[in-house]
Amino acid sequence: MTTRTARRALRIAAAGAGAMALLTLSACSASSSPSSSSSSSGDTAADTPVAPKLSGTVTVFAAASLKESFAKLGDRFERRHPGTEVTFSFGGSDSLAAGITNGAPADVFAAASPKTMSLVTDEEGTAGKPVTFVRNQLEIATLPGNPDGIASLKDLTESGVKVVLCDKEVPCGAAAQKALAAAKVDLEPVSYEQDVKGALTKVELKEADAALVYRTDVRAAGDKVDGVDFPESADAVNDYPIALLKDAPNSTAAKAFIELVRSAEGREVLTGAGFLTP
Amino acid sequence: MSPGSRAGGPPRTRTGGARVVPLPLLLPALMGLAFLLVPLLALLVRTPWSSLPDQLTSPGVWEALRLSLICATAATALSLVLGVPLAWLLARTEFPGRGLVRALVTLPLVLPPVVGGVALLLALGRNGVVGRWLDAWFGITLPFTTAGVVLAETFVAMPFLVISVEGTLRAADRRYEEAATTLGASRFTAFRRVTLPLIAPGVAAGAVLAWARALGEFGATITFAGNFPGRTQTMPLAVYLALQNDPAAAIALSLVLLAVSIAVLAGLRDRWMRTT
Repeated sequence: MTTRTARRALRIAAAGAGAMALLTLSACSASSSPSSSSSSSGDTAADTPVAPKLSGTVTVFAAASLKESFAKLGDRFERRHPGTEVTFSFGGSDSLAAGITNGAPADVFAAASPKTMSLVTDEEGTAGKPVTFVRNQLEIATLPGNPDGIASLKDLTESGVKVVLCDKEVPCGAAAQKALAAAKVDLEPVSYEQDVKGALTKVELKEADAALVYRTDVRAAGDKVDGVDFPESADAVNDYPIALLKDAPNSTAAKAFIELVRSAEGREVLTGAGFLTP
Repeated sequence: MSPGSRAGGPPRTRTGGARVVPLPLLLPALMGLAFLLVPLLALLVRTPWSSLPDQLTSPGVWEALRLSLICATAATALSLVLGVPLAWLLARTEFPGRGLVRALVTLPLVLPPVVGGVALLLALGRNGVVGRWLDAWFGITLPFTTAGVVLAETFVAMPFLVISVEGTLRAADRRYEEAATTLGASRFTAFRRVTLPLIAPGVAAGAVLAWARALGEFGATITFAGNFPGRTQTMPLAVYLALQNDPAAAIALSLVLLAVSIAVLAGLRDRWMRTT
């Protein structure tokens, strides 16, 4: 009786230890164990045979600025290939990259800068070389009607004008610093936001008077903000790379999605959102 | 902190207790303990000890830590000033809809902090329901200011204090207050001279909880007060943004926050939060 309980307890303990080991693994961001991370992540497509017809879920990790256009392309992809589903995780490119190198089960990564993409390629996390598929340029987002009469970066330094920038650590913030340096403008913002949507929201809510965001974000916000172009933005153009991930659970369908993004049709959707073609 | 030590158990069961703990309870308990502790251990394991001195002596760290400590303390003070009377109202008076009021008061406990930040922005922002008038009449705008950080932290931390104080008030013997009032003290004097000393340990416990919650507050702060080094960038914000590009720095910062939290909880628990 007691020995049986003890044996059962041991078995539970072993299972528990396994679970803990997994936990520790993920907590330790073990980049050195691709085998265990792929075995734990391959839940959707690992046992489905490779078929010419596309099926299953394509998981796309994409920069927050791609949200509107990629959602549209995802819909078109699903309609064209019945039985497939495209799920997105939109966020800051850096956090997405960190998720991927820590074993997140993603198929495709589209980043807002080559630097963030390199976080993944450095860990040999992509299958093949990432390709630039669009470029994005900064614009000044102002309150509707531009009540402060902002026409240039210099106008942002005027007293009483509250400006928010993206944090220097995220791509839109890095681009903003580059543009400000090119314009030789010394700007003290009221806040460094954690991503481009955060910066834009502060203007949409009228808490800030202006923000340096991507042209695509100004476009996506509709009449809630006005956009002001400035010449120095040409010095701070972000290239957006896209890549198939090495541990992609559904690489066949993922490849097809990347093809759609890079096709003439994909380009049309993206330029419609304000992106530039590379 | 160790799993075996139990607060104030009688000595007789302490020696024999360990052997009679049934396995179906012990194993999940140990797994639960491991689940809570392993992530913290992982933080220690992965700490870049060699570069730690450099990380910790960078001015940004101390700026953020200083701001965190100041704001958490200010938020606790504000919670005490507003929260203790609120708890008294909930515990000692009868009014219609009191249950609902209590539920509303504790809502920030379960609300995602970022929702709290959005709500604060809509209420006290420059264009907010109330903030619009603050701006127009007094020229006060709260977003992007240190005062905004304090408000955001108070919003999420005060319910901890209110709950703690209300519980203590309900447990406290009302007869002392009643005796004081029959002896001629006004109700406020009775509260100040009799009730408050009586519930001091509960107030202190609530204050510690609120302080710790305020120290760790992230979502409401970054949403309402934004992120500017030295003004609104508290430690949790610094950790989050450091993680984007410099995980080593983020780990070092996390370690500082962890150490401060443990020090405060461990140091004050024995003194103020004696539960037995």
